[in-house]
Order: sequence, then structure tokens, then C-alpha cells
Amino acid sequence: MEMKYYSKEHEWVEVKDGEAYVGISVHAAEELGDITFVELPHEGDSCHAGDSLGVVESVKAASDVYAPVSGKIVAVNSQLEDKPEMVNASPEEQAWFCRIAMSDASELDALMDEAAYTAYLNN
Amino acid sequence: MKSIFEQGRAGRRGSTLPQPDVPPAAAIPAALRRRTPPALPEVSELEAMRHFTRLGQRNMGVAANFYPLGSCTMKYNPPFHERLAALPGFAGLHPLLPQLRHGAALTQGALAVIYEAETIISELLGFERTTMQPLAGAHGELCGCMLIAAYHRDHGNTERKVMLIPDAAHGTNPASAAVAGFVIREVASDADGNVDLADLEAKLGPDTAGLMLTCPNTLGLFDPNVREICALVHAAGGLCYCDGANFNAIIGRVRPGDLGFDVMHVNLHKTFATPHGGGGPGSGPVGVNAKLVPYLPVSIVQKRADGTYALEYECERSIGYIAPFYGNFGVILRAYAYLLTLGREGFIRVSENAVLNANYIRVRLAPYYEWKFNRFCMHECVFSAAKQARNGVRALDIAKALIDRGIHPPTIYFPLIVPEALMIEPTETESRETLDEFIQAMIEIAALADKDPAAFHDFPLTTPVSRLDETRAARHPDLTA
Repeated sequence: MEMKYYSKEHEWVEVKDGEAYVGISVHAAEELGDITFVELPHEGDSCHAGDSLGVVESVKAASDVYAPVSGKIVAVNSQLEDKPEMVNASPEEQAWFCRIAMSDASELDALMDEAAYTAYLNN
Repeated sequence: MKSIFEQGRAGRRGSTLPQPDVPPAAAIPAALRRRTPPALPEVSELEAMRHFTRLGQRNMGVAANFYPLGSCTMKYNPPFHERLAALPGFAGLHPLLPQLRHGAALTQGALAVIYEAETIISELLGFERTTMQPLAGAHGELCGCMLIAAYHRDHGNTERKVMLIPDAAHGTNPASAAVAGFVIREVASDADGNVDLADLEAKLGPDTAGLMLTCPNTLGLFDPNVREICALVHAAGGLCYCDGANFNAIIGRVRPGDLGFDVMHVNLHKTFATPHGGGGPGSGPVGVNAKLVPYLPVSIVQKRADGTYALEYECERSIGYIAPFYGNFGVILRAYAYLLTLGREGFIRVSENAVLNANYIRVRLAPYYEWKFNRFCMHECVFSAAKQARNGVRALDIAKALIDRGIHPPTIYFPLIVPEALMIEPTETESRETLDEFIQAMIEIAALADKDPAAFHDFPLTTPVSRLDETRAARHPDLTA
């Protein structure tokens, strides 16, 4: 079954076929405002949970995107480089940043599910 | 409005230059000479004058408008400083003169200005020495980070690579530390807007190189635990950097060196009333305590026993050159005039009035805009437009509405830890009447945000161009027009 998780830094993770799709949440996209630039990680690199994966820049601010889980980056969504507005249009569907082959799936337990994330935002 | 290149006509000249009294440039090889004459504007002097006067009238600046741009300290810059800077003995001084044989004797006045300005700033900061070399605030931060790195290298602390930076710091801090080669680790703020001490303690360790604390911080708050913070960092083997961009709030009252800081920059173009905006020129002197004096950049102005001044370059452990010549001398000169004009008593009044003005705005506007903390602010107050944003009026819209009322917008969307931030810094040079006009404008805007939020989307309406599409400009920059 597909499950979606969220980090305190407002990234989302969705696991499909054993790989983790990572992006920024609707809340993060709304807070940043119109996204003007996306810097993606390099395919084939390894990442540790908490590492900076890339950068999003909006008219208001620039912000790091952090890896919610550890593993190897097997694909990046290079469309975002030319069309950063996708992050505003579809932050949690089309605008995934990268796909990570997780090295330790138990790291997902440290993240929040949708209900917990909503509660975290309202807090 | 036409650009200056679209005005005038071919062959028109603004002035007639005298015949050159030196031989023509035969010595310049043909390959290095341009083939076509430069495309200069061809206008009369009067056309040029009108053009630039019109441009100036379109500018929103501190000379014409209230300019409460938070974290920038847009105070009044007295023209008296310009008169001093224009004195031929300063304005005509060649920067290489002190390097020439007997040249030092001809530049004693300028060296005295640098030395005396340094001495007064060191006294205000509570430090041993201050380098006047850095050319801007962030350049000062980089210099300070390099001094911390040099100290650790000299002491064999090869593992100390982490710079701790609270989330209420200036955004330049992590950038400067990263450029200097440090790994950045963020420290959280607590609910009162202070450094979260538990988080700080958890992040201190044998890899700690130092902490960069913006004091007061970007929430406009003075952290009451600052001594304890410095003691914790020192106990862990790190050094403490103070970002002094907000020094206007405490100048003459608190000396950061006495609080436990080891190194600090100040911005002459903020606290010390030198011209600001349009990219400078700035100046970011860096003060240090005895631990870091050996690493200061060169040159250093030394006062000899006979009362004369000399430039010193032979400093074995110095980080070396960070800027050409002697820093932004013209800026240091203006700041020196300001230092002498105000004196010790004057600076106490500066911080007093800067803090009073910000708190006056805070109290008067608190019923209309969210202010999160139950305490005094320092020289600036950070409101959130969250209340208005729920009605569709965001901080950006409020900023644009202020322009129509003849007021330069405050800093918006910074610090990042405050949603829809409006960061207002009135400075000490504004009168009660100006503050009241601003408060009245903000109250009217809050009322309009309740009543007619849709009206905001086109503001400003009174400017030569109305609302700009900032998103498109950022996504598809056209730099050729």
C-alpha cells in the first residue's frame, strides 16, 4: 500500500515500488509563494536523512530542501528546472524532486503521516 | 520616460573639452585600441541635467520619504560629512602616496583618520583592535569567519569545522561562514524569540568552531542570555561572533566585547550614518579581542611613540589582504565625522531614541497587526500580516499600499521564522510627527484590508509603473533591454 509521510521541514515522501518519491508539501509551496528556481540533486549521488538535497527559490525566499530519508538518488525530475511553476501548481503530485532508493526504510517511522502533519501545521 | 540614449541628436555635445596637453596615445598598441567610438549619449548639458533630475524625482529615498526598512538602519546622513569628504586634502589624495618614499609624511592626516576612527569604534565595541579594511557588512562577516578559522588552525584545532547559526540571524551569516569553508548548523529559537539554550547545548561539541549571533536578533529582540550563550560556546572550545548590523539598538549602552564576544562587525553605512543603498559603497569594520589580534588583515595603521602614524604590513600570522589599500576610506572619513559630532553622550541618545521610536510603533500598531512577543523590542519591531493574509491581503500588498502613501515599504518576508513578516525600523532620526503619519497610514491600510481586500491587488497606483510582475521577472529575466 502507498503511504505518504511528511517531515518537520515540510518535505513529503511517498513510497512506490520500494522507492521514495520526495517533494515539498502544499503548505511549503504556499508559504514560499511563486517558485522561480529549483536546484535538484545529482542522479547517482548518495544522501543521508537531513542532508540538503537541493534549493527552492521564490520571490520571497530561498530555502534548502532536505532529504527525509537516506539512500541513493536514482532519478531527478529535471522538468522542474525549466518549469519551476510546477511546484506551485502540483507540489505533491507532479512536482516530485527526486526518487531515492532507500537504504533504511525504518527511517520512515521518524516521519509524520498526513494526520500528524496537519496537526503539526495547526500547532 | 525616454532613456538618455533616446534623447538629443547625433553630434550634440554637453561640454567642450580642452585640447590635450599630453602627447596622443601613440604608445597604446593598435590591437588594444577600440575600432569604433564609444556609444555615449549625445545631449546638451541642460538635457542631461533634466534627465537626471527627473530620474531622481522618481526615486524613493530617505532624503524624500520615511524609509523604515528593517535591518537596514536607513537613518539620515548629514551633508556635513560630504563637505568634509570633499576637502581637497582628502578627495585628491592618491592611494599609493603612503607607499612612496617620504609619502607617509604627506598622508599623516588620512592615517590619523583611520587610526582615530578605529580607536573610537574599538572603544564602543569593547575590543582590543578593529580592522577598517572590510568593504561591506558581509565582507566583514567573511573577514571575521576567516579570523576564527585562522585562530583554530593556529591552535591545531583541525576538527573544528562547524559554525552554529541561530535561525534569527541575518541571512548573510550562513553565506559568509560557508564561503569561509565552515559547515553550517542551525540553532532554533525558543517561544520568546531567544536562542533555544537546550538546542544550542545539544549542537555544541568538539567540532564547534564558533557561533554567529545577530545581536539584537532579526526579530528586533535582545537575547537576555547572551552572556550564558557566549560562556557555553567558549566552554565547548568555540569562538563567539557578533553580527553588529543591529548595533544601532545598543550603541553607547552595551559593549559586545564585555558580553563575551570575540569578534564583531559593524556597518558604517547603517549605525554610523554613511550613505547607504544602491549597492554602497559600504564599510564593515571588524573588532576583535586579544585572542584574534594577531590574525587581523593588513594593512594596520600603527601609532608610533613620536605620535606619527605608519602602515604596518609585516604581521606574521595575519590572514593577509582582504581589500585593496585601506578599506573604503571616504566612508571611514564620513563615519569619523559622525563619531566626533555625536560623542559618547550622543551615541547614548541614538540608541535610546532608536529603541523608543520602534516601541512607540509597536504599541500603537499592536491592535492592528500581530506581534507575537510579550516584551519590549529594540530598534525594530517585526509584525506579522497573518491576520490580513487570512483575508487575502499579504505583506507584499501592504508594502505596495504604503508606497501610494509616500512611505517606503518596510522589509517584508524576513526573518523567515515570522510568517508574512513586516520588519519595521524607524531609526532615531525620525520625528514623532513622521511616526504618527506612518502609524495612521498603517491603521488605514488595516481597515481597508478588512473592508476591501480586492483593492490591494493593483497597488501601487501613484507610481510611474504600477504592480510589477516580480514572478515573471525572476522566472524569465530579460537582461538585454
